[in-house]
Amino acid sequence: MKSKVTALAISAALVAPSAFAQEMTIVSWGGSYSKSQQLAYHEPYTAKTGITIINDDSSAEAVAKIRAMNEAGNVTWDVVDVVASDAMRLCDEGLAEELDHDAVLAAAPDGTSATEDFGDLIVSDCFVPQIVYSTTFGYRTDMVGDTPPSSICDVFDLEKYPGKRSLQKRPIDNMEWALYCDGVAKEDIYDVLGTPEGVERGLAKLDTIKDSVVWWTAGAETPQLLADGEVVMGSTFNGRLFSAIAEQGQPIGMLWDMQSFDLDGWIIPAGLSDERKQRALEYLFFATDTQRLADQAKYISYGPARKSSAPLVGKHASLGIDMAPHMPTDPANAGNVHIYDYEWWADNRDDLDAKFQAWLAK
Amino acid sequence: MAALTPISRKPMSLVLPTIAAAGGFLGIFVGASNGSTLMGLVIGAVVVAALGLFFIGVLKNEQLSKWISIVLVAVAGFVLGGIPGFILGAIFGWFFHWFTYWLYEGRYRARLLPYLTPGQVLWHYSFLVICGAIFVFLITPILVVMPLSFNAQDFFTFTPEMLRFDPEGYSLKHYRDFFTNNEWQRSFKNSLLIAPIATVISVSLGTLAAIGLSQSHVPGRRAIMAILISPMIVPLIISATGMFFFYSDIGNWLEGTLGLPKTFVGYVKVVLAHAVLGIPFVIITVTATLVGFDRSLTRAAANMGANPVTTFFRVQMPLILPGVISGGLFAFITSFDEVVVVLFIGSASQKTLPWQMFTGLREQISPTILAVATILVVISIALLTTVELLRRRSERLRGMSPS
Amino acid sequence: MSDTTQSGPVLAADGTPLKRSLNRALRLQKMRALALIAPLLLFVLLTFIIPIGQMLFRSVENDIVATTLPRTVVALQSWDAASGVAPDEAVYTALAADLHDAAKAKTHTRVGSRLNYETPGISSLFRKAGRKAKKWDVEADGPFKEQFIKIAKGWGDPDVWRTIQTYSPKYTNGYFLNAADMQKGADGAEIRPESERIYITLFKRTLIMSLIITGSCIVLAYPVAWILANLPAAKANLLMILVLLPFWTSLLVRTSAWKVMLQQQGVINDVLVWLGLVADDARLVMINNQLGTIIAMTHILLPFMILPMYSVMQTIQPTYLRAAKSMGATNWTAFWRVYFPLSVPGIGAGSILVFILSIGYYITPELVGGTKGVFISNRIAFHISSSLNWGLAAALGSILLAVVLILYWAYDKIVGIDNVKLG
Repeated sequence: MKSKVTALAISAALVAPSAFAQEMTIVSWGGSYSKSQQLAYHEPYTAKTGITIINDDSSAEAVAKIRAMNEAGNVTWDVVDVVASDAMRLCDEGLAEELDHDAVLAAAPDGTSATEDFGDLIVSDCFVPQIVYSTTFGYRTDMVGDTPPSSICDVFDLEKYPGKRSLQKRPIDNMEWALYCDGVAKEDIYDVLGTPEGVERGLAKLDTIKDSVVWWTAGAETPQLLADGEVVMGSTFNGRLFSAIAEQGQPIGMLWDMQSFDLDGWIIPAGLSDERKQRALEYLFFATDTQRLADQAKYISYGPARKSSAPLVGKHASLGIDMAPHMPTDPANAGNVHIYDYEWWADNRDDLDAKFQAWLAK
Repeated sequence: MAALTPISRKPMSLVLPTIAAAGGFLGIFVGASNGSTLMGLVIGAVVVAALGLFFIGVLKNEQLSKWISIVLVAVAGFVLGGIPGFILGAIFGWFFHWFTYWLYEGRYRARLLPYLTPGQVLWHYSFLVICGAIFVFLITPILVVMPLSFNAQDFFTFTPEMLRFDPEGYSLKHYRDFFTNNEWQRSFKNSLLIAPIATVISVSLGTLAAIGLSQSHVPGRRAIMAILISPMIVPLIISATGMFFFYSDIGNWLEGTLGLPKTFVGYVKVVLAHAVLGIPFVIITVTATLVGFDRSLTRAAANMGANPVTTFFRVQMPLILPGVISGGLFAFITSFDEVVVVLFIGSASQKTLPWQMFTGLREQISPTILAVATILVVISIALLTTVELLRRRSERLRGMSPS
Repeated sequence: MSDTTQSGPVLAADGTPLKRSLNRALRLQKMRALALIAPLLLFVLLTFIIPIGQMLFRSVENDIVATTLPRTVVALQSWDAASGVAPDEAVYTALAADLHDAAKAKTHTRVGSRLNYETPGISSLFRKAGRKAKKWDVEADGPFKEQFIKIAKGWGDPDVWRTIQTYSPKYTNGYFLNAADMQKGADGAEIRPESERIYITLFKRTLIMSLIITGSCIVLAYPVAWILANLPAAKANLLMILVLLPFWTSLLVRTSAWKVMLQQQGVINDVLVWLGLVADDARLVMINNQLGTIIAMTHILLPFMILPMYSVMQTIQPTYLRAAKSMGATNWTAFWRVYFPLSVPGIGAGSILVFILSIGYYITPELVGGTKGVFISNRIAFHISSSLNWGLAAALGSILLAVVLILYWAYDKIVGIDNVKLG
């Protein structure tokens, strides 16, 4: 048995090197999101360069795994898709490569530099933005009567909309919404939240609906709860709601008020060999150009991160409906948005999380 | 024994009140869903008692009365609750008829010891009902999953179409997805590759060690036992991160120094990690079997000139085989159902079935998971039945009376 | 050997003294036993115990501050944290030099996120200061105190400096204090404010709920194991399939199945409403709370209780019960005084398995536990994969492991681990 294994290993070793050079591992979230990347980025890239792309659906564990890989000195990933806050965390820990965006990314077709095209969305030196998504609310159209909810504060109104709501099991977004509905002006939210009294005030507001909340941790939970009629309304990523409404035909409506914008994008893990880093950069140059970002929007309702991509967004690849009105960035949807402060959360996340968890356990 | 137990007809004074009580109990549910609980109770009791009296006292034909009972209650069920009511009604009609005759003919005594008191008989059957309820608890979640895997929608929800038994509500698309989707196929193959190899490693090493541990003079036995069982007691998430570092180093060494290909090393890592997790189960089962092992058998074999290896394979192994097999099954299922460690240690090319299910539950609810589960349940029923048939055959061959 | 004299040593067949011969045989036996155990022991030690040990060691390890900021740590030693004022220029100069080097090596932000676990806000202080410090010429650009405070006000805050000073040593008990809801205050360890206390609650809840789950497993498994052990083998094996089927079914699937069953629009509630036992607007809440976790985990762990009980009960002779009854014992006495004591090892084995397994569970509580039904392992998993606070995760894990080891030890003393049977 042993000799067989060795023989197998040796024969495999002989064919390995040539194959290895043409492979790269790209990590993402799995599900329909990975599929959209596969269609919009990976397949054209393989067609162009002949490099095989291996998908690894590990983004949910990305931060921990990248740190472990880095410490073990064996980074096996080439490009990783993470949310902006994770990118900052990885950058802070020195686990992601810092990039000079103008040097490594394509300029817009009209020559606008990459930094200008992405604008504020480059929230960290390590981060190449890819999409703008939002955490927002969906509600059961058949359970809200004749007046569907129109304001985020309807979530906190148990009298008008009795029934359960689903919220994400973390302080981010929930605390801001609670303070906003408790009468804090949008621009003051973080000043208030920075004080112990502000935290208490936010939690007190959440307390009013605590018994009616189902807390979720995975993005697929809210659509399931809505489909079951288990909750009247619930927050989740807008793409999930889009697919429940448009692809599955569920009786669900969108509540865009105070949707919380967030970013998702690429990082290159620190500690790659020069050759692999070069290859990863070449992939990023290709996958984040104006056309590619617009292409992704054909398959999933997330907004491209480049300003220059917005006019190129077309119709859904299989349903044939216009995608623009389903984008969180569409002017009709983006009337009142919440943009969360990455820097503030990077500083206060651990502290607030402890308080939030203690509150939940009470 | 059964022949000794006298079976005699029971008086109406026992049969009628009992079936009336049962009918009343069911009537409560029917009544409650139709408005009046009390009415349901009374009507149920009266109807069932009247039917019983009619069957036993007037009709006196068991076969005929069975069909009358089934059809009658089924029609009543249809009037009250449509097709589901019809099916339930037929079942209850059959049940009441059976129950009436079971009591009346005294069949409930048939398989019991003749000297039991009525109280003991009652307890005996209540106990069986309790056990039945626990088996229902064990199996219902799996039965619930099966119809959902034919859901036409991408949710874990019984849609109104499904409840109406409308063919529109059912589809095989999730099965199609499982068989055509590369990700599912690859992860299924990976699981089928990783779990058996990990099982073989943990069973072979574990059995050897268990035999060593069962010898009479082992220094530091308790400490060794604690170490060998530790993979079961350390919280998995801690094991996963801890092992990650170790296996990265091993992986670097295998790839760097020995020049082995990346994918192969990836499999080795996952297999070894799963083997460690399976070891406690093998150790525990095999040691337990060895406790009852008669040591004079090995001595007898040695006396007759068998060397230790022959003794092991010809004498010891066949006798401890049941323990080894059940330990192996535990080890197999540990690897086949393990998600936390493989998430950390594995990379994309070693994605196993539980990993794929985990992403499936988290990123996009997809009943494909349920389809996979249904397929696995069917496979395991087939396997378990085969094992049971083989066991009976080998018992016959060994000349043991089938117990 | 009957002819050996009374005074001389007893000799074996080959002429060596019997004692020595026996000793040698014993030694040989020991060696053989150890040789059989050795491969596995080495395998487990190497691939499991050492890695886990290293992981748990992170709960006290804290050399990041001293290695990244060596000069600052030395300069800070003379600063009195109780003075209430920020340290003087010398410390800032040392920090500037350290940060200059650290920013070039890109390690400054790591210290920032390490210290941010203790005092919120430090992370951004290091991030902001690092950006500037990279460009500084440490010899010429001083004095630095003003510059630091200009970059971010926090650099003038004595609390920040106290945190750096407190976490300068290479080893810390800080993570363990945190895991016990305490913190390092100005005068040593102190209890955290009530709004941040969580871990003791979670530990208690984990233990209590694991006990309840173990208890309900005993109650449900005992009759089933009894009936399996007392039926003829052919029937028992068929019923065994019912026990094993859920066992082979993926944990994730069974957990999802319980969600489908237990939720308010779920199967059980639907049936109850259909039967009219529950009003449509008063559906039972059975999930996203402790009840949900208990039901789902009892179901998942039940086979681990049934199988060991079954194998112990199989060895109990049914004649014992009849003997007891023939001597006049009532049913209950015969069961309670004869059968039950004989089945205790099975209960013990099953209980320890179920308890140990349930104490470390986290996927099922995460999915069905809501807020009040989650376990300490959920927090460990959170700190490992989201907050990256591995030191705290390791400390929590160490405490959990210690609890399990104590229980294991007690179990070994009382029942003996050999009596654990799985089937």
